[in-house]
Amino acid sequence: MAVAAQAQSIEEQRKWEGSIDQLRGLVSERAMTGETMLLNMGPHHPSTHGVLRLLLELDGEEIVTCLPDIGFLHTGIEKSLEDKSYEKALPLTDRMDYLSPMSNNMSYSCAVEKLLDLDVPERGQIIRVICLELARCASHLVWLGTHAIDMGAMSVLLYAFRERERVLGMFEMLSGQRMMSSYIRPGGVWRDVPAEFLPTIKQFLDDFPAKVDDYEALLTQNPIWKDRAQGVGVVEPDVALAHGMTGPALRGSGVNWDLRKAQPYSGYETYDFNVPLGEHGDVYDRYLIRIQEFRESMKILNQAVARLETVKGPYRSENRKYVPPLRSELGQSMEAVIHHFKLWTYGYDAPDDEIYSAIESPRGEIGCYIHGTGANKPRRVHFKTPSFIHISALPVMSSGYLLADMVAIIGSVDIVLGDCDR
Amino acid sequence: MGVSSKLGNLGVVTTTVEQAVNWARTGAMWPLLFGLACCAIEYMSSQASSYDLSRFGMELNRATPRQADLLIVSGRLTRKMAPVVRQLYDQMAEPKWVISMGDCASCGGVYNNYAIVQGVDEIIPVDVYIAGCPPRPEQLLHGILTLHEKVKSERVADWA
Repeated sequence: MAVAAQAQSIEEQRKWEGSIDQLRGLVSERAMTGETMLLNMGPHHPSTHGVLRLLLELDGEEIVTCLPDIGFLHTGIEKSLEDKSYEKALPLTDRMDYLSPMSNNMSYSCAVEKLLDLDVPERGQIIRVICLELARCASHLVWLGTHAIDMGAMSVLLYAFRERERVLGMFEMLSGQRMMSSYIRPGGVWRDVPAEFLPTIKQFLDDFPAKVDDYEALLTQNPIWKDRAQGVGVVEPDVALAHGMTGPALRGSGVNWDLRKAQPYSGYETYDFNVPLGEHGDVYDRYLIRIQEFRESMKILNQAVARLETVKGPYRSENRKYVPPLRSELGQSMEAVIHHFKLWTYGYDAPDDEIYSAIESPRGEIGCYIHGTGANKPRRVHFKTPSFIHISALPVMSSGYLLADMVAIIGSVDIVLGDCDR
Repeated sequence: MGVSSKLGNLGVVTTTVEQAVNWARTGAMWPLLFGLACCAIEYMSSQASSYDLSRFGMELNRATPRQADLLIVSGRLTRKMAPVVRQLYDQMAEPKWVISMGDCASCGGVYNNYAIVQGVDEIIPVDVYIAGCPPRPEQLLHGILTLHEKVKSERVADWA
């Protein structure tokens, strides 16, 4: 019965046809008279990087404006988080920005730690940095492959995914899952790195720089690539800041803002790395920055792996009021059994307070706002996600360029619709 | 190479129309280039170098449903997206098959809330369900091979 009702409502939705008057004020007056053309792009389109719908207003082949229509992947994650205890909410955060779940875990865990005033041991922080930088590489590799395929360079995807499989293999080694790892948790990480992890990541760090050179050989000086990317989708620095853009999309315009430097977390201030900046704010500069970020991530990873070998000790907090005890303790200590039972049935109380904590994800600032209630569930959890903001900047980035440039611009800001819609 | 070397001088192959058609359908089943969420990334991995779906004649993703045989629903289906998916399915030409990839597409997964359709089978018929959140590429390959087995057992009488 419910199925029939749903099928009927779908039939009705399909019959709906909007009147152009509803768009008055959103598109130019010329569209009202039919002088410019309105073209629908998406939500089923190979180049929108997910289920994004754009309503484009075209003057010939030139884009006058575009209206993003989001929400095709709205999952209700923030609402679902309100019904779960803090520890059990973590796996849902994996599935927001599904290209770098580690960053989502980190953003959420940092916020919970700030709310609870929970410590993270040094080894835990080092493992977190390794995970975050590997996630940055994995995410940028998907961006590189899909961005190149949108622009007509079909082979780059095959190379990029070859390396990405190795990163996912390492995530699986750490957490047992390739993508949705739930590995970074409030108080540290789920478990220590396994013995085979260090040789694997060292081999990867040896191989990867040459692979980045390979990608550059395919694209950086490629005349077709330069024609498609240079001078397209230009964003002036003040416009980028006014729209609240972050990450490589902002740094492409030459604004030096990286949360790893500006508001260091997890010990990033102790690592030696540079923040690559662009000059022109076009698609090409945003491409160059992400390629440079591969190399900077390699620098950070090399330092972090060296530290991981020397720094021993706990990898998650010993504060048993918030972090569950090790399995091995359960057979030895009654206290551990009580803590274990309490944490996995009720969870823990967090203060009635509101906090915001942000980290630098591969796409930009991903921030987590939590309002505690004094009990074991939050009153409100909200995520400030870079894709949402970058989609709102798409009209200003694309107006005046050609229709064919639209896919280049969408690719260059690297949006993930799960990140935007949540 | 190929059939000619195996057959030698025989020059004749006998089979049934049914087997020949089903062989052709399983050997070049074109999927729709369509992704919803996380599972779509694993679907891309299956297409890429390490898992290489083209071994099964599936490297050609068609961006238009008119040219596709197989709809892989990869990811969570929201109420806003559901009419679009139904329209895509309707636009595909017969014969057509559907794989529901991942927990969210199969049953709503971890999201039992206001936004998510509790399984894509509420709006379109599904041939093969694949569990996992997201399923590994190997699981997707297994699902596709399972679908191939199903197609091979289809009978002419059922097509009419």
